[in-house]
Amino acid sequence: MTVSDTFFQAFLAIRAQILRASLIVLAMSIGIASVTILTALGESARSYIVNEFQSLGTNLVIVLPGRTETTGGQPPLFGETPRDLTLDDANALLRSRYIAAIAPINIGSAPVSALGLERETTILGSTASLRRVRHLSLAEGRFLPEIESEKSLPVCVIGQTIKNQIFIQQKALGQWLRINDRRFRVIGVLASEGESIGVDFDEIVVIPVASAQALFNTESLFRILVEAKSKSAMYKAVTDIGKIIKARHEGEQDITIITQDSVIGAFDEILTALTLTVASIAGISLAVAGVLVMNVMLVSVAQRTSEIGLLKALGASERQLIELFLAEAAMLCLAGAVLGVLVGQFSISFLQILYPEFPLSIPGWALLAALLVSLTTGLIFGVLPARKAAKLDPVLALAKR
Amino acid sequence: MIQLKDIYRDFQVGDQTVRALDNINLNISQGEYISVMGPSGSGKSTLLNIIALLDHPTSGQYLFNRQDVTKLDDNALAKIRRENIGFVFQFFHLIPRLTAAENIEIPMILAGINRQERQQRVMQAVASVGLSDRAKHLPEQLSGGQRQRVAIARATIMRPAILLADEPTGNLDSHSGIEIIELLETLNKQGMLLIIITHDHHLGKRAQRQIHIVDGKINFEK
Ligand SMILES: Nc1ncnc2c1ncn2[C@@H]1O[C@H](COP(=O)(O)OP(=O)(O)OP(=O)(O)O)[C@@H](O)[C@H]1O
Ligand SMILES: [Mg+2]
Repeated sequence: MTVSDTFFQAFLAIRAQILRASLIVLAMSIGIASVTILTALGESARSYIVNEFQSLGTNLVIVLPGRTETTGGQPPLFGETPRDLTLDDANALLRSRYIAAIAPINIGSAPVSALGLERETTILGSTASLRRVRHLSLAEGRFLPEIESEKSLPVCVIGQTIKNQIFIQQKALGQWLRINDRRFRVIGVLASEGESIGVDFDEIVVIPVASAQALFNTESLFRILVEAKSKSAMYKAVTDIGKIIKARHEGEQDITIITQDSVIGAFDEILTALTLTVASIAGISLAVAGVLVMNVMLVSVAQRTSEIGLLKALGASERQLIELFLAEAAMLCLAGAVLGVLVGQFSISFLQILYPEFPLSIPGWALLAALLVSLTTGLIFGVLPARKAAKLDPVLALAKR
Repeated sequence: MIQLKDIYRDFQVGDQTVRALDNINLNISQGEYISVMGPSGSGKSTLLNIIALLDHPTSGQYLFNRQDVTKLDDNALAKIRRENIGFVFQFFHLIPRLTAAENIEIPMILAGINRQERQQRVMQAVASVGLSDRAKHLPEQLSGGQRQRVAIARATIMRPAILLADEPTGNLDSHSGIEIIELLETLNKQGMLLIIITHDHHLGKRAQRQIHIVDGKINFEK
């Protein structure tokens, strides 16, 4: 029996029992559709978050004061408080040849007012490098000027929301903005970042770091953002940062260093695991579909007992019968898979219309996996009925009408 | 061509053993015309099924073309059936979803014959059983006699040396019964070995060799 004959005969058998066939196709397509949709959602969430983190900066290293112990062990005998990170610490980091730029950050909350309107908001003290390190773009004016970081200057750059709320329908550039009891001239307005992870720059006022230190009356920095010269330089930069701070802090490396890589990596891992988990749960519906395939095929074998007996009498070998029934199961499952993928693709396109800003797509590997899984389920669950058919005693099978 | 030596066939029903065939010895040569008669339950069908290689004797030796077939595997048996044996049943056993022509085609599909040759041979076969205008009909659209003719065309499409028929007229009126028997006899005259099981003595008497079975034993032969 040739392969095409096998499939054609299986097709004729399927065509003769449309209801039975559509039941299998439906079950299989629901399973495949749910797997592809859920994988697409998980995969999209992952790439969305990873992208967000990547847009925070390139080769970014973040230095925080204080050490987070991850090794456990005895707490130190003498109550040891971590030393503050200072501007001098930050400037010292520039000595490393793996570091391209640093942006010290000081953060606090204060009332801002102009033209009689006032609100409380986040004030961020930094330097001109912040723009480069954090990939900020401006809507109007310019960013903080390149001055020595110890110098304070009464200028500020404001976010979109602040501009819209304080300077309603007015030009903000050149105006005075009062922060606490000091006045700062607005020299720039940040472009809106859209949705972003972490600090919302739309709600922020950026001022020179020295001014912020004076404003909040503190020497210590909230953190230091460091841009390494390249991806490969990032880990050498981390070592250098450790060494430099240790030398400056009397032999104590009392800081925590986070690389952008490790954060992205962690999220990547968590979200991939989540996607796989969700997809596997959806995979259960495929197993259910598989059991249904087996059941319906078993009924089919029972209904076609005398036909099977006849085929044996006409000289069909057990192998040929197995091939016939497996071809039938495989065709049904493939049809289900194709339908399921179409339904999945359609639903994803629909969701994409509803949420255009969220990047949605079914990954290619998921499509391939869906087809393979449905085919394997079909074949695995089709084997039992097919073998049952092949093993039928032809005499008994023919006796049944 | 067919040699049966000391053939026994026992069926186990619960804790009872039913002996369907009891020491059968039979030599059949090419081109013979044999009828098998006997009361119901005497073992006629069991004998035919064993000859057709659909059933295996409990003990005894079966030589098919001098080859011992009791030890062959499924694949080899299927091949012998496909190439040498045609079978006609009382209940026709046509596949209801396939047309007359498609039913006739099945043995050739199983044998892996190409499409073109299949089409040609099916055309000849339908013509030879006088059903050219019914080739595209489904079994349910055919009369009993016509269905049995389709079954005969299917049984002979591989040009087997042996044609076995288990009460081929059992489900037909006497007129179409005679027609079917005459069709089978024509095939026998062309050299096919023909074995017919029948309850009808008039039909049975037409055969040169008549075997009577009672209680699984060959009672007498004419
Ligand atoms: N699968 C089976 N299991 C148990 N007993 C069986 C089986 N097949 C046949 N028999 C028994 O074997 C004996 C012979 O049966 P067989 O069908 O060969 O009779 P038969 O001569 O063809 O009868 P009929 O004229 O009614 O068709 C019967 O007693 C029957 O009950
Ligand atoms: Mg019988």
